[in-house]
Amino acid sequence: MKFSEEKIKEVEKIISHFPEGKHKSALIPVLHLAQQEFGGWLSVDTMDYVATLLRIEPIEVYEVATFYSMYNLTPVGSYLFEVCHTGPCMLNGSDDIIKYIFEKLGIKPGETTGDKLFTLKTVECLGACGYAPMMQLGKNYREHLTKEKIDAIVEECRNKIIASN
Amino acid sequence: MGRKLLLDKVQIENIRFYDVYRREGGYRSVEKVLKTMSPLDVVEEVKTSGLRGRGGAGFPTGLKWSFLAKPEGIPRYLIVNADESEPGTFKDRYLMELLPHLLIEGMIVSAYALGSNCSYIYIRGEYSWIVDILEQAIAEAKNNGWLGKNILGSGFDCEIYVQRGAGAYICGEETALLESLEGKRGNPRIKPPFPAVKGLWDCPTVVNNVETIAAVVPIINEGAEEYAKIGIGKSTGTKLISACGNIINQGVFEIDMTISVEEFIFSDEYCGGIANNRKLKACIPGGSSVPILPANLLLKTTKGNQRMMTYESLAEGGFQSGSMMGSGGFIVLDDNQCVVKHTYTLARFYRHESCGQCSPCREGTGWMEKILHKIENGKGKQSDIDLLWDIQRKIDGNTICPFGEAAAWPVAAAIRHFRDEFEWHIDNPELCLQKNYGIANYAKPIEILV
Ligand SMILES: Cc1cc2nc3c(=O)[nH]c(=O)nc-3n(C[C@H](O)[C@H](O)[C@H](O)COP(=O)(O)O)c2cc1C
Ligand code: SF4
Ligand code: FES
Repeated sequence: MKFSEEKIKEVEKIISHFPEGKHKSALIPVLHLAQQEFGGWLSVDTMDYVATLLRIEPIEVYEVATFYSMYNLTPVGSYLFEVCHTGPCMLNGSDDIIKYIFEKLGIKPGETTGDKLFTLKTVECLGACGYAPMMQLGKNYREHLTKEKIDAIVEECRNKIIASN
Repeated sequence: MGRKLLLDKVQIENIRFYDVYRREGGYRSVEKVLKTMSPLDVVEEVKTSGLRGRGGAGFPTGLKWSFLAKPEGIPRYLIVNADESEPGTFKDRYLMELLPHLLIEGMIVSAYALGSNCSYIYIRGEYSWIVDILEQAIAEAKNNGWLGKNILGSGFDCEIYVQRGAGAYICGEETALLESLEGKRGNPRIKPPFPAVKGLWDCPTVVNNVETIAAVVPIINEGAEEYAKIGIGKSTGTKLISACGNIINQGVFEIDMTISVEEFIFSDEYCGGIANNRKLKACIPGGSSVPILPANLLLKTTKGNQRMMTYESLAEGGFQSGSMMGSGGFIVLDDNQCVVKHTYTLARFYRHESCGQCSPCREGTGWMEKILHKIENGKGKQSDIDLLWDIQRKIDGNTICPFGEAAAWPVAAAIRHFRDEFEWHIDNPELCLQKNYGIANYAKPIEILV
């Protein structure tokens, strides 16, 4: 397990944002990078690699990786649907969206489809309350969700997988 | 139409990019301060403006800046708090997405006032596409000589970096934010020492909200006195309100603090009224942590005054019958919504987000969630309401950071103003599982508990 040369450059750039000796500050962004590069989740091996890279103790990495909700500590499907269900999204029907995903894909929050394509996760407020109901999908938000939009998103993901195979 | 100072140019096409932003008068405030003002002048100007922190607490910004320690030879830091995780709040995101240069301009002026040569924007990890927008804007500003060394020949150096969080509401609390920026878990620090003395890497630090820093730009351009003329009393200037829930126009609005809550909810210029022809039932006017108010108390105070969208008026009546401006996250519930269920989702949020350092917060938030879940699902007992009340009181004031209060207050206010809705759930275990809760439109005198 190793970052490509290009990713190492990115790590170096992140470290350069901080004063001499304060490279531990790079840990959170580097973990994002590692999660993205090594399968969408953080295995112990990945975390140990990050520790070596940043010259800190593995425990310092585990502490952080277990604290923040964006790090996945178990494998997830190729597409992670993170549906917000906090107050304002609930007022605008997030429950129906979660139910619809269950009906459509047969997965409850925390579960992954058998073909490992989709994982459903409920999350707490993502700062999109005025565009509810919503979910995060990769780097972007999908907002004002409806059943039709969920259909289209699932279709889009399946097409991407077909195209990449 | 109210005065707009932050969003006045937001409709201009491509204002996100440097050339357009500059053509529209961007970066004038940097020229003004670097060429004609000393750092102390800028601090004084911000004091005179009456600007209060827009992140939630409403602390006077100029005063906060004047507390910054200035030991010889030690760097000072300006940190912009873009963690924005309080349910109901999405205004900073709007500002950064559409007007990234306004934030950067405000940061340069503020960094100059504070003597900070290196500043960070700490942004919640989920806003990852905004990181790209900000980094592009920073690069543009740098290429045009507004960042880097010896800006405009003034001798002032300034760098700005963007740092992503990774999903933790508590990192919005300023000392938790600093821990996170140091690459650690977001556990709030015990205060004192305050960040103004020992902040990032133990250096003097100021943490300010995105909107607070953006507001520095019009203060410098228009002059503090002009800025202070807008608004009522100690609520000066304009405020961004992110409005959501069951209203017609959900979105971000800039208000000058002279309008009433009623106008804000019902006028077409703002929320446009309640959606689906329903009635206003309740509202949380300042983000999930502030007390919920039933319609009657929201629109008028117990003294019979029209309630205004100002810090003072929203707080009038204290905990018994008032609420707070908070972060400006305005959540509206129509008469089809269930306060118990809504409060349950908030309690779940706080349990999920507690950092776990203090037992009253860690354990108490878990209990509140469990009990509310029980009541919401028709399995509660009447004594559970008192138990909930008791738990929230034991959290309030007994924790390291204000998260404890933030978790306790929503539950307290829901019980205070909607106790009969909780009782109804307990008495009607079957009915309460149905979608329409049958309890609506509170327009009765409030009952005061404790
Ligand atoms: C639990 C908690 C969460 C907070 N979240 C935020 C936040 O997301 N954004 C923010 O600007 N301030 C937040 N604050 C307030 C900050 O601690 C701090 O007061 C603020 O950033 C100061 O900036 P201001 O004076 O410009 O408002 C939070 C406070 C607490 C206790
Ligand atoms: S009050 Fe809660 S969030 Fe704040 S330090 Fe204590 S446990 Fe952590
Ligand atoms: S409640 Fe869902 S994004 Fe805020």
